[in-house]
Amino acid sequence: MARAVSTRRKLGFTAIAWLIALTLFFPILWTVLTSFKTEGTAIAMPPKFLFFDWTLENYFTVQERSDYFRHFTNSVISAVGSTILGLIIAIPAAWAMAFSPTKRTKDVLLWMLSTKMLPAVGVLVPIYLIFRDLRLLDTHHGLIVVLMLINLPIIVWMLYTYFREIPVDILEAARMDGASLKNEIIYVLTPMAIPGIASTMLLNIILAWNEAFWTLNLTTTRAAPLTAFIASYSSPEGLFWAKLSAASTLAIAPILIMGWFSQRQLVRGLTFGAVK
Amino acid sequence: MATRQTQVAARLMMSPAVLLLLAWMIVPLSMTLWFSFQRYNLLMPGMEYFTGLDNYRYFFANPSFWAALTNTLVLVGGVLAITLIGGTLMALLLDQPMFGQGIVRLLVISPFFVMPTVSALVWQNMMMNPVYGLFSYIARVFGVQPIDWFSQVPLFSIIMIVAWQWLPFATLILLTALQSLDEEQREAAGMDGAGPIPLFFYIILPHLARALTVVMLIQTIFLLSIFAEIFVTTGGGPGTATTNLTFLIYIQSLLQFDVGLASAGGIVAVILANIVAIFLLRIVGKNLDA
Amino acid sequence: MGSITLEHVNKSFGGVTVIPDISLEVNDGEFVVFVGPSGCGKSTLLRLIAGLEDLSDGTIRIDGADVSKTLPAQRKLSMVFQSYALYPHMSVRGNIAFPLKMEKAPKERMDAAVNDAARVLNLTDYLDRKPRQLSGGQRQRVAIGRAIVRQPKAFLFDEPLSNLDAALRVNMRLEISELHKKLKTTMVYVTHDQVEAMTMADRIVVLNAGRIEQYGTPIELYQKPANLFVAGFIGSPKMNFIEGKEADTFGAATIGIRPEHFTISDAGRWTGTVGVAEHLGSDTFLYVDVDGIGQVTVRASGELPFAHGQTISLDPIESRIYRFDAQGQAM
Repeated sequence: MARAVSTRRKLGFTAIAWLIALTLFFPILWTVLTSFKTEGTAIAMPPKFLFFDWTLENYFTVQERSDYFRHFTNSVISAVGSTILGLIIAIPAAWAMAFSPTKRTKDVLLWMLSTKMLPAVGVLVPIYLIFRDLRLLDTHHGLIVVLMLINLPIIVWMLYTYFREIPVDILEAARMDGASLKNEIIYVLTPMAIPGIASTMLLNIILAWNEAFWTLNLTTTRAAPLTAFIASYSSPEGLFWAKLSAASTLAIAPILIMGWFSQRQLVRGLTFGAVK
Repeated sequence: MATRQTQVAARLMMSPAVLLLLAWMIVPLSMTLWFSFQRYNLLMPGMEYFTGLDNYRYFFANPSFWAALTNTLVLVGGVLAITLIGGTLMALLLDQPMFGQGIVRLLVISPFFVMPTVSALVWQNMMMNPVYGLFSYIARVFGVQPIDWFSQVPLFSIIMIVAWQWLPFATLILLTALQSLDEEQREAAGMDGAGPIPLFFYIILPHLARALTVVMLIQTIFLLSIFAEIFVTTGGGPGTATTNLTFLIYIQSLLQFDVGLASAGGIVAVILANIVAIFLLRIVGKNLDA
Repeated sequence: MGSITLEHVNKSFGGVTVIPDISLEVNDGEFVVFVGPSGCGKSTLLRLIAGLEDLSDGTIRIDGADVSKTLPAQRKLSMVFQSYALYPHMSVRGNIAFPLKMEKAPKERMDAAVNDAARVLNLTDYLDRKPRQLSGGQRQRVAIGRAIVRQPKAFLFDEPLSNLDAALRVNMRLEISELHKKLKTTMVYVTHDQVEAMTMADRIVVLNAGRIEQYGTPIELYQKPANLFVAGFIGSPKMNFIEGKEADTFGAATIGIRPEHFTISDAGRWTGTVGVAEHLGSDTFLYVDVDGIGQVTVRASGELPFAHGQTISLDPIESRIYRFDAQGQAM
């Protein structure tokens, strides 16, 4: 049902909403703009918005000086790796909980969620020590495992809510039609589950990409992803805003675009189905 | 609806996830608990001994702890106030008819996808720098003395940065909840003579109550563990002005290597988080039945 | 070939017994309808036959072979679900061919069978569409098509028409009956609608609270209901039940008279006032408040000029009065 509105009212709301939206978005826009300035223009007073000499120099510098692509690769490896590993473990679990629920399924789900609520700092020391002793500090596989574990409850939960929307009737129909468990999974379940798996994957990559507690504490150089790389720009002396902006733009651009695509699934994923 | 075979299969399929999470929860947590009763400093290996509740005593006696606890509460409370009120207003605004709603939505949600280290540094430098930052420029345009954000109002600066990151989250979820409000209910209230303000307080706000609670609880869980924003901007300072519980424990463990003391702090943090978690789990659990 | 035999079948979920003990025999080629109110266990019984639920106790035989522990896929039965349960990502062709694909049938046989089924069910023009592009009736046909290509030993239908609108339901009812005449395959059909049961079945199983109340042909159930439950369930409008003094005169605890078994006369046994009169043209339904008895539903053929408030005199047809004892059993 559309509410009847006058064009004038609509124009009014449009103006206010765009003003606020652009204000909220401004820091991001400003970062992108600054990344194309020279360091001098970046701190110019009054600030220059669009009319300056655009340059790509910062992007090259960032790559040359601090090997941006290594950290980018590290981010990709840890975010995608932990997500895929998480999916491999979570898909069977969510499948079982959605299609063969028992009385305890609900408790198991809630318990899984409760592990997500464990503050990271409560286990920082032991994890750090275990990693040190197993020589996992600053390694890809170590980081992948931790990121997978902290996001596993969200992955299981999201998949569960998607799987539960697949009608049980259809799986039973496949069984009646003579499909073995294997064929049921290949021909019926997987094609119907793929959209849900895809959006779970997308959201989880975003979360893992932006994770900034374990990535900062468990990596230093070799496996450091972009979160840690950007943190190295926090040195108080010297202003490298243009380079910081270039590095930041590169770090957030891919995830921002993915985020735009997955924003509708975000609500479901982050509220565990409590808000639809 | 399940036959015996499928139930056995189901248990097998669940076990990897369950066992991993069980290990992830129990092993480090019991280690933390164990360490919290030990005199244990990484700089003095082999000198560990049992000290009972000493670590907890030191931890609570430490003035930094009370400062950190206050900071944590102010940080969580401040961000919640901004995001819940702001988010509700934003959701109401975005629910109105307008041109380019989709793009507005994308712009508003964007800050949520910016990694914490980036948003902290961008704000600290390009927005809040006392000399070259945009805020100081704006202040000067209006003839006001610009403030040095991170020296004069350090905790508030952190709150602003974190609120900027979480406002989109609150907005998006409240907007989703708002859009599930039955249009006929609104129309009925209109027929009953309710103007926009009674409509908000009697119809819309009660409808949003659950979403607001969920947003509050989820944010609280994340906000209790704010780390990166402090790590890259203030390092907890000046003094302990921006040290929250998470950061305090981080300092004690990985900078001062006092594992025992940090572990006691970790246990305190776990207990605090659990208080919030219980309420959240109850809401989520209720929803699971529906 | 497809006879189905249930021997002392028992099913409990957790601690709740849904079906205490049922034995029944469905002959090869027969159309048997399970009917009963919701929660009577009729769908559970069907799902037990299908193998979608485990038996708690008892034996199920198909063609004499014990299939109690056999997986649904190997029982060689086809099922049509209430929700149709079509595979949303497959075309109509894919849906119908799926059971054959699972059998690894050769391509030619598969195509021939799909085209055959499509022709029979008027789906030829829709073979390349996805289920969501079809109407309810067409989806229903696809579900049936998927069931027939396998040439199963028996068809199982789980309330297949309850999602269709009234007009379509009558059509599909006819189509399924015709299909049965053509295929001569055993069909077990679950419904809560006694009209469907009466019109389609060779034999009807009336279920109540997990127990068989009566098993017989539609006319048997109509003419000789075994008890109050069956008497009240079969027939529309419902049979009138009368207790007390009037029943005593017939030597019964309760007597039952179907609405169509009254004659309207000038000086009948009972007199009353017309409450509501429903004029359907072909029939007239009168809801009459009879003195000392209560409300009685009367069905009279044709167009009768009765209206609200009118006094009327009724005679139950003596030979059509059903008598029940205090336990509700027919006498």
